[in-house]
Amino acid sequence: MIYLQIAANGLVLGGLYACIAVGFSLVWGVLNVINILHGSFIVLGSYVAYFAYVHLGIHPFISIVIAGGVLYALGYLVQAGIINRVVNAPVLITLTLTFGLDLILNNTMLVAFTADYRGITLAHPLGSLEIGPVFLPGDRVAAMALAILLTILLYRLLRDSTIGRAIIAVRMDREAAALMGVDVKRINAITFAIGAFMAGAAGALLSIIFPISPLNGPVFLGKAFVVCVLGGLGSVPGALAGGLLLGVIESFASYWLGPERAVTVSFALLLVLLFVRPSGLMGRRGYE
Amino acid sequence: MRSWLALAVIAALVAALPLVGNNYALRLATTVCMYSVMAQSWNFIGGLAGYPSFATAAFFGLGAYASAILQNRGVPMVPAWAGAGLAALLFAAFLGGAILHLRGHYFAIASLIVAEMLREIVNTLPDFTGGGKGVNLPLLKLSVTGQAQFFFYAMLALAVLTVATTIVIHRSKLGFGLRCIQQNESAADIIGINTYAYKTAGFSLSAVFVGVAGAIYASWVNYIDPPDVFDVLISVKPMVMVLLGGLGTVFGPSIGAVILLLLEEAVWRNFLTIHVAVLGAIIVVLVLFLPNGLLALIRERSPTKVMAK
Repeated sequence: MIYLQIAANGLVLGGLYACIAVGFSLVWGVLNVINILHGSFIVLGSYVAYFAYVHLGIHPFISIVIAGGVLYALGYLVQAGIINRVVNAPVLITLTLTFGLDLILNNTMLVAFTADYRGITLAHPLGSLEIGPVFLPGDRVAAMALAILLTILLYRLLRDSTIGRAIIAVRMDREAAALMGVDVKRINAITFAIGAFMAGAAGALLSIIFPISPLNGPVFLGKAFVVCVLGGLGSVPGALAGGLLLGVIESFASYWLGPERAVTVSFALLLVLLFVRPSGLMGRRGYE
Repeated sequence: MRSWLALAVIAALVAALPLVGNNYALRLATTVCMYSVMAQSWNFIGGLAGYPSFATAAFFGLGAYASAILQNRGVPMVPAWAGAGLAALLFAAFLGGAILHLRGHYFAIASLIVAEMLREIVNTLPDFTGGGKGVNLPLLKLSVTGQAQFFFYAMLALAVLTVATTIVIHRSKLGFGLRCIQQNESAADIIGINTYAYKTAGFSLSAVFVGVAGAIYASWVNYIDPPDVFDVLISVKPMVMVLLGGLGTVFGPSIGAVILLLLEEAVWRNFLTIHVAVLGAIIVVLVLFLPNGLLALIRERSPTKVMAK
């Protein structure tokens, strides 16, 4: 029953992938900006959780709020101060801009925190979970559950709150939303900040599982790309489905082909999918 | 005619450099020529057709590895360089067929992923490519100065060839068609431009010279490994150079190459640990304040728009 175990590992990983990607997907869908900074935002979230744990003894699960808050503020400033100036410019401009910003942030983290891999070893781990033949570490399952909970909360926020409805309105039609009295620039900044919040929260969750280093930024960004293309752009349920699917695919790929080929498989999948169905497995056609 | 004259004069002046400069100046000039090849190549697809390609690193690394593998199996150096160019050309034609129907961000991401994937593939095939350990190339039996001059002239010849191709393309039907695609692809399609063929041609052009540049670079430095030749910065720098010099112009990308290299040298010397961040800051300032390039500042003042021709 090794396959059940592999599938379960994949789902646990996939829940975290969903949380990594959902903020990225939101920003892409609403602002039409590919946020290359997203990977570094996640790493920064992990560092916040790491230092909160090492110096203050705060459990990384509680640091979700701290890391998310720090990143929310940073995200708001970046969008309101910099990206908003060129948000309607062609793809090349916004993409190059976030790339430049990412070089700055990542390099700053390298200087401040060095490239050493750090990790959090919890003083009181949750033990392990046995469901029939499947064996899972409790902390990972808890992290996945929190990741999915956050994703669902974001979904409810977009559907039920005034801000959420404004964000959806901007995604559907920027000009019409402006005419209806939505302050588009402010919504842009809030959307970007929410994306950064999700990145920070994901970083805090990941800090107990993956080693922490600025070098991981591009890895997380790559996951966000694949999940977005798998799940379709800008939709929260799509990101959730795409994340879980990618987790399971990577899990099986590393079992069959070796862990070093899992990344290649997921990238190959992305290219094939872009070739046959650019709007994503669950995406609506006509988004771009 | 004026473009050809300018090209001839600049090439002759640069070619005279070994008479006056030391090996450090030669190394800088070789790098400028390499950057110029990359920027001019990117301009075919990114500047003319308006497709934000991040595939330059893929072509560069592919060329470097194709040449290294050929040479380590006994092929002489110059034919191996040609083989690298051919490999990059065929790869781009094939890849273009697969991803050029995408637009905007989707195309950018797909092209970005290609270099990452090639890097992973090279890493996982150690018997064929040397894997993560990298691969050595045969040494030339020349003095240090002789080698510096040899690779300088090789890179210069390639840069001249690339600019010459640019001049031809800018005046050809292909260049016109690519500009139409940049302005309005659907309209270009309707007036009878085979957009698919044109884009694939532009994409292949953006690969072939970069592939050869990668091959020459590999021979020049004698040793390559995946993080070096598939570095994402290789994809980003050409865009920065073209943005510096002006999108879709003939000499702009080469001028941008010179400016970027000078900036890089100044930064490398003074701020080694944060040179990547400084490159990032340059990009941010450029995008926010000079989206039409540094030369636009000069162009706005002068009545004759020489650079735009």
